[in-house]
Amino acid sequence: MTQTQEALTKSCCTADKTTTDKMVDKTTEEVLNPRVDISETNEALILTVDLPGVAEEDVDITLHKQVLTIEAKKMECRHEGVNPYYVEHSAGLYQRRFKLTEEVDRDGIDATLKDGVLRLTLPKAQAEVAQKIKVMTA
Amino acid sequence: MLSTSFRKHWDPWQELNRLPVDMNRIFSGLSDAVRTGAQVFPAMNVLSGEDRLVVTAEVAGVNADDIDITVEGDMLTIKGSRSVDALGEDEKYHRRERGTGEFSRTLRLPFEVDAAQTEAEYAQGVLTVVLHKPEASKPKKITVKRAS
Repeated sequence: MTQTQEALTKSCCTADKTTTDKMVDKTTEEVLNPRVDISETNEALILTVDLPGVAEEDVDITLHKQVLTIEAKKMECRHEGVNPYYVEHSAGLYQRRFKLTEEVDRDGIDATLKDGVLRLTLPKAQAEVAQKIKVMTA
Repeated sequence: MLSTSFRKHWDPWQELNRLPVDMNRIFSGLSDAVRTGAQVFPAMNVLSGEDRLVVTAEVAGVNADDIDITVEGDMLTIKGSRSVDALGEDEKYHRRERGTGEFSRTLRLPFEVDAAQTEAEYAQGVLTVVLHKPEASKPKKITVKRAS
């Protein structure tokens, strides 16, 4: 196991008390496409992303120019003494990119992760919300 | 014409492969046709050991109280529902990929399990169920007695 992998190893799944379970970083293996809901209010854009199996510290959100990138590492939960019998989900890197058409208030971005669901609120830049131009009398 | 081309392309294996998908009820609500991710919900893994099984299901955004687990012999059923977040007054959707509503999946396990010993935990949107082989069905060593 390399050093970086070791750093990403963590305990999980306390339901399985009989073993010393470990989370293993196998994110180089597969890129996963998470499901996303996008909604908009007068003040903000809201993204809801399904990220099951992801810890808070493994979510990486970047906004570069107008491109929003969401990346999240999903670790594999390793259980001692059992072998895969039937597999539908595996470790990997969740990744989605979106191009924003509106200016957002970069300092006001809020992200919360609960029960494997990421809720990202991107407030619209003040200029976008209400752009009132006063006409000056000459 | 139609029947000839049908016969030519009909693949019995394809039909068989489709069966497990049809047997599992997909979300009763939206996005059955969404192509991102698995076709069935929740995606499940079964890990098998000598006398125990670990089953995991990806159920992001589901309240732990809304998950119902039933074990009967070698059949495991996971039922539940995922509710929709109510939209705000001025809020409107641009894209909806996440399914909502009720879901149910039944899996046949590699061996019969003792329902009473089942443990389940929900964390980070993943449900982990640990099941044990009943004592009665564990292999028992029998010593042959010498007839005197």
